[in-house]
Amino acid sequence: MPSAPVRVILPGMLRDLVGGVAEIEVESPTESQTVAELLDRAFSGHRILDGKVRDERGQIRRHVKVFVNGEDATRGQGVGAPVPAGARVHIINAVSGG
Amino acid sequence: MTETIVAIGTRKGLWIARSGDRQSWTLEGPHFLMSEVASVAVDTRENRSTVLAGVKSWHWGPTVQASTDGGRTWTESAERALAFPADTDTALERVWQLTPDPNDVDVVWAGVEPHALFKSTDRGDHYELVRGLWDHPHRPSWEPGFGGGAVHTIVPEPGHPESVLVAMSAGGVYRSADGGETWAPSNPGIRAGFMPDNEYPEYGQCVHKVARGQGEGELFAQNHNGVYRSHDNGATWDSIADGLPTDFGFTVLAHPRRPGVVWVVPVADAGERIPPDAQLQVQRSDDAGETWRQQVTGLPDHSYTCVLRDAASLDMADPVGVYLGTRNGDVFASADEGESFQRIATQLPDVLVVRAAQLT
Repeated sequence: MPSAPVRVILPGMLRDLVGGVAEIEVESPTESQTVAELLDRAFSGHRILDGKVRDERGQIRRHVKVFVNGEDATRGQGVGAPVPAGARVHIINAVSGG
Repeated sequence: MTETIVAIGTRKGLWIARSGDRQSWTLEGPHFLMSEVASVAVDTRENRSTVLAGVKSWHWGPTVQASTDGGRTWTESAERALAFPADTDTALERVWQLTPDPNDVDVVWAGVEPHALFKSTDRGDHYELVRGLWDHPHRPSWEPGFGGGAVHTIVPEPGHPESVLVAMSAGGVYRSADGGETWAPSNPGIRAGFMPDNEYPEYGQCVHKVARGQGEGELFAQNHNGVYRSHDNGATWDSIADGLPTDFGFTVLAHPRRPGVVWVVPVADAGERIPPDAQLQVQRSDDAGETWRQQVTGLPDHSYTCVLRDAASLDMADPVGVYLGTRNGDVFASADEGESFQRIATQLPDVLVVRAAQLT
């Protein structure tokens, strides 16, 4: 039986790059996956997003936050943080700049 | 009809000034609003109207954008156009320089932060790391300048595809005689006055910019304290700072047709990064730095701004156009080789790069 899909909600600043898509639903093969695995799946059809959210080492960019069910994954395990089935994952641009 | 464009990259976006006569200008923009544009190349080879821009979003990272219609519309590759290979465990911070190669119409060089050189063989669609420089044993000891550690200057040699020079702050000048496979420092004569003991080290100088002149093997360099000339393609360097109000500055420009004609934009001192006597000015030499004269007509006094290393450019027209962008968001243009300037843009964010060209 398939696990509940994960919903990845994009920030407004990235939606223009993918034709206005606001949310990507990711079917998950297992009960839990890491943030890295989730983003691999989420961005497979939207390649341009990958370079915006992660650097070429696969790390979340310094001024980007990934929240998993309301918890800031970038403060803890980062791309290794677990994402349970059915989670809501928000990608947001950090409040920074001048 | 020939159109002159001036691409103006700033801390918060890109603007493009256009003119049919270099007297009356229109200003378009911003493109990439709120993203830093630190590098621009206008590629006119084979009559192209291609503009490449190194763009960095503080949130979404660095990338290279391309326009094939003179900067009116832009596209970005879905895949990363320029990225460090996985084995380097390194992430791109910023694209500091984009240089179309004069010997191969498909080659574009990119200098980036951290210190590295990339090469595109498909006109700038994708770039590959130049391993010869990345693997250089000196690299771990190249220090970052205040703006970061980057290959900020790339000077290929027309007619000699095997000959390429790069400069970096603070690593100095390196040259390759085999198209980038191997590299050697080339700083004899360039002083590193900030070093505590040996002021003439093999490498580690803070070279701010190098420009190729039209004399045999002629190069000019503006350093962190020091202005230099080479007659042997960068093998050795001689000071040409005598006669200048100051030897500090960031940029240097060399005439595209006349040997020995060179411009610098002096800055008061390393500790006072304003124009000398608060007069924004260009210093021009017509004899390869033996003598200098000030050009100020149309440039402001009571000026406490600064012209950064890539915020100056020449065009290819006759007479040559000279363009300056300042950290307080002004851009000045001269259609008479610096004899007089007019302000063509104002109130922009701080200008990081200016590149002028004629499009047909």
